[in-house]
Formats: sequence, C-alpha cells, structure tokens
Amino acid sequence: MSEIESQLRKIAQDPTLSFRQKEHALAVAAENLLSYPLIDAETRQALDDRIICDMFEGHAPYKPRYVLPDYAVVLEHGSAYLELPKPQTLDEAINTLQIAYHHVPSVTGMPVFIGHLDALLLPFCDGVSDDELYRKIKLFWRYIDRVLPDAFLHANIGPTDNRVARAILRVDAELKQIAPNLTFLYDPAISGEAMLRLCTDNIIACSKPHIANHPIHAAVFDAPGYAIVSCYNALPLRGGAASLGRINLRKVAEASRDEADFLDVELPRYARLLARLMRARINHLHEKSGFFEGSFLVEEGWIDKDRFTAMFGIFAMAEAVNHLQDLAGRSGRYGLDPEANALGLRISARLTELVAAEPMAHVWRGFAMLHAQAGLSSDADTTPGIRIPYGSEPDPVSHVRALLPQHAYYLSGVSEILTLDETVRANPEAVFQLAKGALGMGFREFTANVAGNDLVRVTGYMIRLSDVKLYNEGKGSRTNTTGLGAEAAAVTPILKRAPRVVGLESLAGAVA
Amino acid sequence: MTGPAALPHAPPPSASVSKILTWSVVDGPGNRFVLFLQGCNFACLTCHNPHTIGRCDHCGTCVPGCPSGALRQVDGKVVHDAAVCINCDACLRTCPINANPMVRQLSVAAVLDLIGQNAAFLTGVTVSGGEATTQLGFVAALFAAIKATPALRHLTCFIDSNGHLGSKGWASVLPVTDGVMADVKAFDPERHRRLTGRDNALSLASARLLAAAGKLHELRFLLIPGETDQPDELASLAAFALELGADPAIRLNAFQHHGVRGVATAWPRMERDGVERAAAALRAAGLRRVSMPSVWLP
Repeated sequence: MSEIESQLRKIAQDPTLSFRQKEHALAVAAENLLSYPLIDAETRQALDDRIICDMFEGHAPYKPRYVLPDYAVVLEHGSAYLELPKPQTLDEAINTLQIAYHHVPSVTGMPVFIGHLDALLLPFCDGVSDDELYRKIKLFWRYIDRVLPDAFLHANIGPTDNRVARAILRVDAELKQIAPNLTFLYDPAISGEAMLRLCTDNIIACSKPHIANHPIHAAVFDAPGYAIVSCYNALPLRGGAASLGRINLRKVAEASRDEADFLDVELPRYARLLARLMRARINHLHEKSGFFEGSFLVEEGWIDKDRFTAMFGIFAMAEAVNHLQDLAGRSGRYGLDPEANALGLRISARLTELVAAEPMAHVWRGFAMLHAQAGLSSDADTTPGIRIPYGSEPDPVSHVRALLPQHAYYLSGVSEILTLDETVRANPEAVFQLAKGALGMGFREFTANVAGNDLVRVTGYMIRLSDVKLYNEGKGSRTNTTGLGAEAAAVTPILKRAPRVVGLESLAGAVA
Repeated sequence: MTGPAALPHAPPPSASVSKILTWSVVDGPGNRFVLFLQGCNFACLTCHNPHTIGRCDHCGTCVPGCPSGALRQVDGKVVHDAAVCINCDACLRTCPINANPMVRQLSVAAVLDLIGQNAAFLTGVTVSGGEATTQLGFVAALFAAIKATPALRHLTCFIDSNGHLGSKGWASVLPVTDGVMADVKAFDPERHRRLTGRDNALSLASARLLAAAGKLHELRFLLIPGETDQPDELASLAAFALELGADPAIRLNAFQHHGVRGVATAWPRMERDGVERAAAALRAAGLRRVSMPSVWLP
C-alpha cells in the first residue's frame, strides 16, 4: 500500500471522525496531493521552516479564505440561481438567509459571516411583536448552532440600538451557545451607553459579544462597508479575504543579531517572502481555480471579486520583543515595561511600511492588510498576535493601556482577549466602564472572557482556586504561594485589602 | 501582636502607599482606582494583610535578607529600589513590626496624575489600607483635589475604614467623600478588644454618623467561627443595622487563613453554610440588602 493510500485509508476508517469530518479530511488530503503553487526556493525554505506560514490552507486554493456576502442582495432581490423569490415576511427573510448560508464557502467549509442581522431583518419587523421577534430569533439561533456549529461563524449587529439587536442579545445570553459568534459594532455617537451596558452585561453572561470600535473600522473601509468575522477579522463586505499568511516574529527575531538587524534586514526579508507566498496563492485562486467565473455569488452581486483583501498576519510579537530585549541586555518584558512596549510599536510601524511596499494583484486596493493573528492550535511557545503572554498579563486596565497604541496598526483586526475573573459578575458596572474607557481611547476591539474557571481575583490578587485548596488542605505552603508571586493571597472579598498583586492567568482561547 | 501606639497623621500632601490598583471590582461601585495606605490603628488577630499594619522604623533587620539587593541602609534609613526588587517579599516575613520597607511616599499631585492617566477606565477612587483614616489629611486633600479637577470630578470618592475615627475627623473629610465602607469587627466590647486590640465605641459611633450623613455605602462584618458568628453578635448586628434606618447594605465576609499570622492560623475557617445561615438570620430580622462573598473557595 502506498503512503498516500494508507493516509487516505486511515481517514476513511477512522472511527472517531463523523462522515462529514471524513469528507472534509479526504478533500483536504486530495487537494494536498496536487503540487503547490509555484514558489521560489527561498520562499519554500522559509515556509518549510515555518518562519512564514500559509495557515495550511491547502495546495490548490480554490475558494477564498473568508467570504463576506452582502446578504442584502438576496433579501432585496431573491436569487435566480437558488430559485428564491424576494422574501416578504420575517419568516421568509430568516428562511432565505438559512438557505443562503449553505452556499457560502470559507476555509472551514462553513460560512464565517452570516450578516449584519439587525440591519437585514429590521425591514421585515413591522407588525411583528417583541415576543414574536424573540421567539423567531431563538429558533434561528438554535438552527445556526445545530446546523452550522462553528465558532468562527459570525453575526454582526449595531451600531444602532434597535429591536432586533436587543432580541439577539437577549437570546444569546439566554442560550449561551458557541455559534454564532457575535460582534456589536459600537459607535458612541449612535449606539448610546445603554446599548453598551447591555453588551457588557451579556459579556458577563456568556463572554459575548465582541465589541468593535465602529468609527475606527468604518474609516478604513469604503462603501458598502465591512464586517467582523471569524476570529475578529475586519474585512470588506461583499468581498472578504482571499488568503491569510503570517510571519512568526519569534523566529525572525531568533534569526537576527540585534534590533537593527531585525528591523532592517531579517524582517524585510521575511515580509518579502510572505508577500511572494501570498501572491502565488492568490494568483492561483483568481487565475486558475475558476472560483469567480463559475460562482452565482459573483453573478448575482453577493460578492465582488475585486473586494477580497489579503491578510498579512503576524504572531509572537511578545516573544520577538523579549528576545530582542535579551539581545540588548534589557530586562523589561513585553506588555509590562514601557521600553519593551515601545520596541513592539517600532516593529508594528516597520511592518506597516513593509506591507505598503508589496503591491499585490487581484487584492482589494492593491495591498495586503496587516493583521494580529490569533494562532493555530498547533502553535507552541508563541503568543498569538500582539497579545501579552498568558500568565504575565497585568490587570485589565494596565493591559489595555499597554496595547492601545498597537491597535492603530492592525487594520484588518487585532485578536485580543481580556480575561476577567468572575468577581466582576457582582459588579457589572466595572466591565461597562472598562469597555467604555478602552473604546473611548481608541481600542480597535474589545473582547473579554469572564472566567468561570480556576482563576479568581479578589482585591489585589489573581489566584487559582486549586492553589488555595491545596493550601487549605495543608499540601501547599507559604513558600508555594510565594513561588506563585503572591505574598498573601486573599481568598474571598472579605480578604479584600491584600495589596499584593499576582497575575496568574488560565489559558485563554486560542483560535485561528 | 500588639497594636502600635497612635500613629501620627502624615502631613498632607503626601502619604505612605503600600499598593495602587487601577482595576478593582470589589472596593465599591464600578471599576475603582484603589490606594492602599500603609499603617493601621487596629491589630486584628485575623488580619490577612499584617504587613500593612506597621510603619517602617528603619531598624534595618530586613536589609541583609534581601536576595536581590533592592534594600539598602543609607544614612540610617532603609531605602528600597523598585527597579531591582524581584517581589519575593522576604522583607515582609523578616520585619519584626509588621511593616513594609517597599512602601512609597506619594504626593497628592503624584496620585492625581496617576488617576488622570487611568480616568477613562474608572468609576471612582477608593482609599483603603491598612487604615485609610490614619492618613486623613492626605485623604481629604486628595478628594478635594479630585473634586476641584474638571476632568476628574465625575469620579466618586470612597473610603474603606475600620471606623476608628472621631466625629471631628469625619467632618474634615465627609464634604468631599461620596461613600464609606465601614467595618464593625464585633459588637461585644470585650470580644472586639480581644480581636482588634481596641474598643469598638468609636467604630459604632462612626457607622451611626455615616448613616445619618447618608454616606454609609456598606457596613462590613467579618464572620469568625465561634466568635462573630454567634447568635448574640448576629442579633446585635441586626438590631444595630435596623437602628441605622434606611435598610443599610450589609456585606458579610468570611474568615479565611490566607495571609494570616499568629494564633488565628489555628482557628477554623468560616464555611459557606455558616455565612448563608447568618445572612438568612439578618434577612429574617428585616434587613434586605445583605450580600455575601461572590466567589467561594473550594
């Protein structure tokens, strides 16, 4: 049996995979039997060394990575190809969308974007009572989670405060489902603080929605605008992203002699190689795959082949900065030290210049967009995007202030997650104030997870409940606690005056 | 452990600060900037932060044990270099008077600057301790400065206190204070003296004064098994709170071991069911705003 046959047979006979998962795995394996788009030896080597990365998108790109259809087209005109009339009622509109989703490709095999749902559905809500609306949204939400169970699948609402957005937030907090993921596009001049408070209360209930800084994003994109999809990627609506490539900044730093060598030689080298890799892949999609020629999505105007960007991703900023700090004999760490943070900003500024020097055919506006990429499940010893390493994050306010200037550079999105300990459940106003402050100061994205996990902060402390349990059982000691960085961990709000801070952080979700 | 003699109020506009937080969700409403001031006029057996009680007398005992060389003795004073400190807290364990050589001296202007940098994220400012009112002149000056600064005056100003302060003291700070979280450590005077080293008359009078002024944000009561969880204490708490009127917010806290030094390390922890029973008793007495720890430890 050949190696290929045994590989395919292993998938076909794997008892742990569902038939759909087998189909998908077999398709990926088959695609990867084809030869890779033609790239030069230097690019190939950097790819093999995983200094640059193609996100394992496959050898023969035949669909864009992220597709963001303008669903208003099918709601306003129906679809000749799908033999769908223009919907007249809310039920028909939701039914039309449910059908549409099955015809939208993406890298995951499921749509990553399901629409600006409030704007899409509001025209169908006249005469629909709040209770009816709530019940219909609830069924819609159940359908999405059960039929399209993918956490990258993303709905957008806002920036207005409206009935559909409120019904969606109510249902989302009630059902606490993985899918769909949800972003509220927040505009302080339009949304109002009551809506922001509703969003932060929902974050406490279910760690959703993600809140996007609408004025900042809107300024980047032209009409018909943008949407937030997958893991917090901001992309052109009626288009999307053809491809996502990324640079492992840690490896680039490790190949550099010092900061100057990194900024002037090695980073430009690998940025050039990543651009070559992305061009080869995007050219294949546009020139050889036939995707745009044979697609009713293009014919009917759901998507426009000129509105697909290229996402120029980076990750392991923290490790790169810390390595360059070590080379310079400086002890300050990324996220905690102003000097280290300033070095991080010099890297992002340099990346912006490098991306602007690499024109790309077929790509929206002719150049890629910089993206702070969230990571792959296989990444080891690297921190996603520009995040601060797990376990060394400062408190949420210091965290936001440390990363705030970075957000200006990442036009196609920053995957950033703040983890809040569960004591905030008793003080939701604090989360509201944190979000308002962060967005008001120019944070591009606000995402928070409220821990229901081992991690708890009482006043000045982050502690792990399991550590305290060991302590109380006599299995730990003051020394262990000190080893965790705590002089004396407070354990309930009663012990609130403990003014020694520890930043122990459980693993936050790492997603692509 | 005996309480220090009456501590001199630090002359404004500077304070001994043991810790600053820019994110706190458990020190009053919303997100609060919290200033922990060093020094306490109580010496509670159950204190979970005993290193905040004393004020450094520059004896130098901690200096030789500092592994990073962050502590030095210069002209008879212990000097701490934060840039070298590795936060191992060895000095806290060797200090013979429950003090902290890492404490910083900060002016009102310096604290205002820090608050200003974080203002967008804040609902308000809370001064805690140690015992915040042992540096009352600083607190009053800080709050007055916040109220006088247009960019900061929307921030609410709170004090977290054991209430060991006379009416003249309160009068000097209440006009610029929005709320106080006041502790009563025990109602039986003898028990209070045994637990804290001090009489409770001032604390009780403070709670009454603050309630009458509409500034009592929360009355805090620490439940200690076999001590303050007893029926007589809970009955006194209920009667006292009802007498304050306006259904005051009462926060029940539960004694735990972490950070505690001395005899109380051998005392049992306060378990959740006991706290819930106490809360039920208070609610049955007619108090509606009784809260418990929001997170329980395994």
